[in-house]
Amino acid sequence: MKRWLGLYAAAVYLFLHLPLVILAVFSFNSSRFTVWQGFSLHWYRAIFQDQQLGESAWNSVIIAVAATILSTIAGTLCAYGLWKRGSTILSGSLYLSLVTPEIVMGISLLALFQWSFRWLHWRLGLHTVILAHVAFSIAYVVIVIAARLRTFSPALEEAALDLGATEWQAFRFVTLPALLPGIVAAALLALTVSFDDYVITSMVAGVDSETLPMVIYAMARRGASPVINAISALIVVVFGTLVLISERVRES
Amino acid sequence: MESILELRDLVKHFPNHRAVNGISLRIPRGGFYSLLGPSGCGKTTTLRLIAGFEQPTSGDVLLDGAVVNEQKPYQRNVSTVFQNYALFPHLTAADNIAFGLKRKNQPGIERRVREALELVRLAGKESRYPAQLSGGERQRVALARSLVLQPDVLLLDEPLAALDPKLRKQMRLELKQMQRRVGITFLLVTHDQEEALSMSDQLAVMNAGAIEQVGTPQDVYLRPSTRFVAGFLGAVNWIDGVGLRPEVTRISRTLPSNGGRFRPATVTGSVFLGNCVHVLTRLESGEDAVAEIPRSNGTYQAGEAIHVCWNPSDEMTFS
Amino acid sequence: MKTPSGWERLRAWFLLPAWIWMAVLFTAPFAIVIVYSLLTRGAYGGLGLPWTLENYQRLLDPLYLGIVLRSFAMAAATTVICLLLGFPLALFIARAGGRKNIYLQLVILPFWTSFLVRLYAWLFLLRDTGLINTALQGLGLIHDPLPLLYNDGAVLLGLVYGYLPFMVLPVYATLERLDPALVEAAADLGAKPWPTVLHVILPLSAPGIRAGSILVFIPALGAYLTPDLLGGGRTVLIGNLVQNQFTNARDWPFGAAISVGLMALVGVLVLLMLRREREGLV
Repeated sequence: MKRWLGLYAAAVYLFLHLPLVILAVFSFNSSRFTVWQGFSLHWYRAIFQDQQLGESAWNSVIIAVAATILSTIAGTLCAYGLWKRGSTILSGSLYLSLVTPEIVMGISLLALFQWSFRWLHWRLGLHTVILAHVAFSIAYVVIVIAARLRTFSPALEEAALDLGATEWQAFRFVTLPALLPGIVAAALLALTVSFDDYVITSMVAGVDSETLPMVIYAMARRGASPVINAISALIVVVFGTLVLISERVRES
Repeated sequence: MESILELRDLVKHFPNHRAVNGISLRIPRGGFYSLLGPSGCGKTTTLRLIAGFEQPTSGDVLLDGAVVNEQKPYQRNVSTVFQNYALFPHLTAADNIAFGLKRKNQPGIERRVREALELVRLAGKESRYPAQLSGGERQRVALARSLVLQPDVLLLDEPLAALDPKLRKQMRLELKQMQRRVGITFLLVTHDQEEALSMSDQLAVMNAGAIEQVGTPQDVYLRPSTRFVAGFLGAVNWIDGVGLRPEVTRISRTLPSNGGRFRPATVTGSVFLGNCVHVLTRLESGEDAVAEIPRSNGTYQAGEAIHVCWNPSDEMTFS
Repeated sequence: MKTPSGWERLRAWFLLPAWIWMAVLFTAPFAIVIVYSLLTRGAYGGLGLPWTLENYQRLLDPLYLGIVLRSFAMAAATTVICLLLGFPLALFIARAGGRKNIYLQLVILPFWTSFLVRLYAWLFLLRDTGLINTALQGLGLIHDPLPLLYNDGAVLLGLVYGYLPFMVLPVYATLERLDPALVEAAADLGAKPWPTVLHVILPLSAPGIRAGSILVFIPALGAYLTPDLLGGGRTVLIGNLVQNQFTNARDWPFGAAISVGLMALVGVLVLLMLRREREGLV
């Protein structure tokens, strides 16, 4: 039976990975058709020459970094606070934010921003996207840090108090260092989740705050060129590396 | 002389558990003191009340004459050695020891850390992380970490429980010697009566949230004030409502003639313990008794009719 | 007298950002959506009074009801297929001994790269000028391209592809905690491998299957991007309907009502699952 199971697993892994591999392979195709006509780095060069791609990628980076910083800080503090004493309302909200369909989250945030335009004098732009990204990333951070805290012994904080540290000092000098790997892993996770988001971003982005996924989406709808293959291959490699690093850090 | 630590009618009730039910204790300066009792007797809760991790339901904790109920752990001049040492894994041994000093911003940290390391005989291991130290070494770091702050009282929560038996015996001696050397009052909490007896100048035996007896090791072992204390400190033969330790219970084939008490009995078994022999007997009156006799006294077979005898002065009686 | 614990004060400060998040970025948006669902569509696509329940009543229209039912069917089909495909894989990983972690990461890794890219990969393969069609044409097996894309089948494929890891991971977690002695006992009593799986392992992995099913069903129910890209305009599910109301159709109140309905459904499903967990059936 183990043999059959192994064969089956191989088939499923093929199913999961082959499409991406094929995508990557054809990013080196010199022709724009799905017939292999020779090796070329043409499409990769095209990426770096496309201004729209460059701008949108830069937007994505800014948004991801800003949202990650905010959500990692808020999420870490939240996970710690809930570890001290839980809150059903807060935990429930975080869980709900995870299972809420993206489109619902997108339109509700859009509704919020539009409503706020009456009072605050702003419009849709990078800042609304950042806020939206913080909105859905916090739960991820809380989960990672909460898992880390489950293996942390409260006796360590008691020892710190016993030796003369205040509660804040105990957190800062004992608990925080212990949480650092988890915080890094959570931040990397938030980074990838934010960078890749399309649905929510498309609803709350302004005219001049296009992100990379939005550009990719538009190109994909148009049926376009192997440039997408090249971008995709790059994204898979970069994200894949980030996720691997995140896993390594989390296991340490 | 005013005591360094005093507990006055200390009570701690948890929502579904009455841990401490009115304890009063006076602990003098400079000695080695123990709280002995079975698990669940409230000794650890008492320790935590003294350290400040719990607030009393009623009653007072006094340190050096002052009531400290309201004070946080970091405001009290007591320090705790935790059961699993609670060493900070991300700091070296030296940094662990320096932790309390850094919080209080005291001068001469490096020198004091070095002295502390020498005191616990860990000089040379200051750059090691807890994960790189053995169990015994970790315990010494925990000790140094607390002692370096020169607390009024050092609290030790079952410090030897995590060590293997051979190391335990060795550490008992070391701890005792260390206390003599630094002169700080040690308060040890344990369920191991051998530990308490061998190390303490004075000990308090606790049961179900209350203190049953306070005294020197000799006091509580030889003159227990309650049956519980008698039974907890060692084995007891109960004969006619009177308690006898096996080591003062003797066996004789002939009728003793020296004025001691005796009862006829039958040998039910014999256990060879290496350094002595335990002879199991059943008295005619029905009680079971164990006599601890030296190896040289010969062997006894099951079924033999003998006499169990003892000195009246060795009897433990309770009102 | 009890002094206020220093920990409580620290905790209160630490939870402040999260409370602000909850109030501003979670509760307020949903509250606004609920309010919008009770308003009327304005002349140029805005919002206005009067208050009305008409938007909810429109949901009962056969056209929209059909969309809801088809979304349900699609989500259910996705869940079932993910279970059929994912369970044996989870079993394989659970029995893989020392290499468990590698096999697990091989499942997780593609998922965390980019959802959009993974969908595009299927576009690349399935479209009329896609790889599969050109390959088949090149081999002379077909003349005209097969319509592999822009239909329910493609959407189903995309949903399964996207959410398979969500089924594999919880099922694996349960299988991993399974006492191997139980399987050995079954073998000892004469059960062959496959019946053992059916009668011993499967029932015992019920909690994991339940968790995985919820984690697949709910996102599949509210899916937007997958039916959008792989279904063209043809496969309209709840997610597409909502998005349409907020963009082209400019009927925010109706879109809001659909969203509220969807969230109510999600809420019920989550509550059901939480209650099951609490009953100690984990």
